[in-house]
Amino acid sequence: MSVLPAPLHALGQRWLDRRLGKAAGSVYLHYRRIFILPSRGGLLFAAMLAAMWLGAVNYISSMAFLLCFLLAGIGCVSMVHSFRNLVGLELRADPAEPVFAGGQARFPLHVSSESNRNRYGLEFCYPQTEPLIMDISGAGETSRMLSVPAPRRGRLRIGQFKLRSRFPGGLFTAWSWLRFNTVSVVYPKPESGSVPPPPSGHGNDFGQATIAEGDEDFHGLRRYQAGDSLRQVAWRTLARGQELQTKQFASFGRKALWLDWNSLPELSPEARISRLTRWVLDQEAEHRPYGLRLPGMEIPPACGPVQQDRCLTALALMPTREG
Amino acid sequence: MSPYAVTQLLPQHTLALLLLSLSAVAAPHLPRLPVWIGVGLFVCVVWRYLAGARGWRLPPRLLLLAATVAAASSVYVSYGTLLGLDAGVATLTAMLGLKLLELRHRRDTVVALYLGFFLVLTQLLYSTTLFTLSYMLAVVWVMTTLLITVTRPGPGASPLEHGRLAAALLLQALPIMVLLFVLFPRIPGPLWGMPEHQTTAVTGLSDSMSPGSIGELSQSSAVAFRVEFEDQVPRMRDLYWRGLVLPAYDGRTWRQSDDLDSTTPTLERLGNPVDYIVTMEPNSMPWVIALEMPTSIDTPVLIDSLFQLRRNRPVRERLRYRASSTPRYRLQRQQAEQSMDRYLYLPDDAHPRTIELAQRWRKQAEDQEDFIYRALEHFREQPFVYTLSPPVLRNDTVDEFLFDIRRGFCEHFAGAFAVMMRAGGTPSRVVLGYQGGEINPAGGYLIVRQSEAHAWVELFIEGAGWQRFDPTAWVAPERIESGLAGALPDTDFLPALSRRDASWTRSLALRWDAVNAYWDRWVLAYGPELQQRLMEYLGLGEWQRMVGALAASMALAMGLLSGFILWRGRRPPRDPAVVAWETFCTRLARAGIARKPHEGPSDFAARAARRRPDLAATIEDVARNYIAVRYSYNRGGGQGLSALQRAVAGFRA
Repeated sequence: MSVLPAPLHALGQRWLDRRLGKAAGSVYLHYRRIFILPSRGGLLFAAMLAAMWLGAVNYISSMAFLLCFLLAGIGCVSMVHSFRNLVGLELRADPAEPVFAGGQARFPLHVSSESNRNRYGLEFCYPQTEPLIMDISGAGETSRMLSVPAPRRGRLRIGQFKLRSRFPGGLFTAWSWLRFNTVSVVYPKPESGSVPPPPSGHGNDFGQATIAEGDEDFHGLRRYQAGDSLRQVAWRTLARGQELQTKQFASFGRKALWLDWNSLPELSPEARISRLTRWVLDQEAEHRPYGLRLPGMEIPPACGPVQQDRCLTALALMPTREG
Repeated sequence: MSPYAVTQLLPQHTLALLLLSLSAVAAPHLPRLPVWIGVGLFVCVVWRYLAGARGWRLPPRLLLLAATVAAASSVYVSYGTLLGLDAGVATLTAMLGLKLLELRHRRDTVVALYLGFFLVLTQLLYSTTLFTLSYMLAVVWVMTTLLITVTRPGPGASPLEHGRLAAALLLQALPIMVLLFVLFPRIPGPLWGMPEHQTTAVTGLSDSMSPGSIGELSQSSAVAFRVEFEDQVPRMRDLYWRGLVLPAYDGRTWRQSDDLDSTTPTLERLGNPVDYIVTMEPNSMPWVIALEMPTSIDTPVLIDSLFQLRRNRPVRERLRYRASSTPRYRLQRQQAEQSMDRYLYLPDDAHPRTIELAQRWRKQAEDQEDFIYRALEHFREQPFVYTLSPPVLRNDTVDEFLFDIRRGFCEHFAGAFAVMMRAGGTPSRVVLGYQGGEINPAGGYLIVRQSEAHAWVELFIEGAGWQRFDPTAWVAPERIESGLAGALPDTDFLPALSRRDASWTRSLALRWDAVNAYWDRWVLAYGPELQQRLMEYLGLGEWQRMVGALAASMALAMGLLSGFILWRGRRPPRDPAVVAWETFCTRLARAGIARKPHEGPSDFAARAARRRPDLAATIEDVARNYIAVRYSYNRGGGQGLSALQRAVAGFRA
């Protein structure tokens, strides 16, 4: 498509939009969504048939005509079979687990069909990746992971990609454009190499943050909040019939750290995000509670996978242009 | 340029099948090809197999290029050309072998398979029997299976998985093949220079006759042509199939005449016409065979002054035509005196004893007829032997035959008789053709084989024109009455099919010939002429109509096939218990008791039984069986399903 001049390309895209409809969570391959054209192998096959026909005419051989026409028939029929290999498939993509920018987001792709035909050699061709090849036997659902490059932080939509099939015989390529609106979060890429440690406890800004949800020494109980680790649930009080409570620990000697956007004025915004990401990961690695301050947002100090996801998601979704 | 390890390309058993089937495609050609091609192909196949099995590297491209050039030049040295059928097959086979050593990508295997398809095509140019057809179908099936296997993306698919699919493709392709075969416009070939068929020398009449030339032909049981008669088959002794006429004689060989005028001589019919249809096998001679004497024929021919049916090009494809002949006739009663000279010419120094004898008879004879019969009687009176294996005649062929050896085949008798007639002043010429034939009871037609080739003589008799005389009939009347086998001594070798003994193998062979005859008549003979006739019969005479009919019927066939292919296996088979249960629920719903979505079978059955106490027994029966079939461990013990279906079938609410 990209070889076309821009207006034609736009026209083609509009036509495709009308035909394929809006992106959704799942796609049913109705016959209108399937396109089919001879492949390179098919064109070579056609050239061979033409040569066979010329030979049959020249050598006046009915048998040669029979063979030529039989192969032509196989070509015609294989077109229908190529089409059949795709028609009636239902495809669904689930959100991928978050990944760091520069990695591969892996979207669970579910392919199901009502019919009990086997479908062979389905190629999911995501741009700039090796095709994902799937065989589906009979009715039911088959699932595989679709790897999608995640070059930038933020939300990653799967967008549009091609499902292709050259089965059987490779004479025709049948394809459809799949459009999913499934979204996944891509965390910012953490800064690599050695980074200066986060500034800790200078000034009074951080003075009060001595008590936080650490995990060193028991400090008290508080009401359970969604996201609290199950290991810290006070099961004993629950057994006594009280409400669900979370044990709180204080990390004495280690102050909960605020990772602050404004503490890095010398860096560009993306570099700050990258540095903050690295800090979050470093704090997690050492099981130290931390809070995150971003422009217009503050995440109170905590530690654990939920805290990490909350912080990294916040960083991932930072608007790209801001000082 | 660097060599590759190729273990990863295809699973070894797929590779083995690929190599095996391509070898099978090349095998029928090998006897025709120089030995080095067969050996080279074998080496390539083994090498490629081991390369796959042991992870060897394939030869570098430079070496393959050198081998390709070497193979092409060897073919050129062997055949003097790279074009044409024989050299083309040699080149193709060599290229296929080398391509096997170049299977690096899936793409290459596809190209190798396409080359294989092409080799199958060339095989069909050499052989057109029904066996070849089944060979073709089998090979196409295997190669389609392989094509599906190698083009399926992903790691190693097994060809076994796709054999059924390939068979389905083949079966579904058959209607399209038939449509294209019948309706696709045929162009009269050849398109470029005529294909030379040196290796496939078709047996048939040659355009000259010398002692021994027809005897050779008698060893061939190949079919020359088949004839369907409209009415009764004429008597055997009237079945003289006229081929070509040889008026020129050089003392040993009878030849065609160079200076023919094309005025058709007059022919008077004296009897009822015989109508028949001939299906002639290709023989690469421009003569069309007809029963003596043809009065009409519906294939374009030129009837020349010798009453030969001449075509403007050789009969290279099967030719089918309808003709009418008159067995009793008078040909060319008047003839200008000067043009008779060529029928009286004898070389000065040839056959002195024969000429002397003939001239003595002519003097003694009262008239021409007396002279002719005097000569024919001579063949009967003297101990002449009709045999397929006469001794070789070295010096003066006619003198030696008539006076010393007296053993010969039809060409000896015809040649000697014609010479005697010329010596006695009666214009004579030799006619080559076929005599007799064999009725095939299985197909109701006459088979004429090459072994029925025959030579006889035509004499010009004042006032009566050219008349047929067959000296063989005087020596061995059985030959003319009942065919060749009866006339020959048992020691003479004849091919089995030319003999006439009644064994079951023979009757089987005749049935098989009948099948072949239909095959020849309706498939192999289907060319531009037959297509034109069929299309005119169907009212599709103009090519626009024919192309329109082709397009319409192709669209229809593709539509039906698509419908069939897409419809098949669209839904998984449903559990018959569920089908029965749903029928049951529908019937109750019609009676006003609809199952609610939350109701399981036992709740629903209980409610329905309360509402309709009269049907309670059946309702409970159905529900119990349904639950047993669907939910119990042993699916109701095998009896449940039929009990359920019976109960539902009899249920009316």
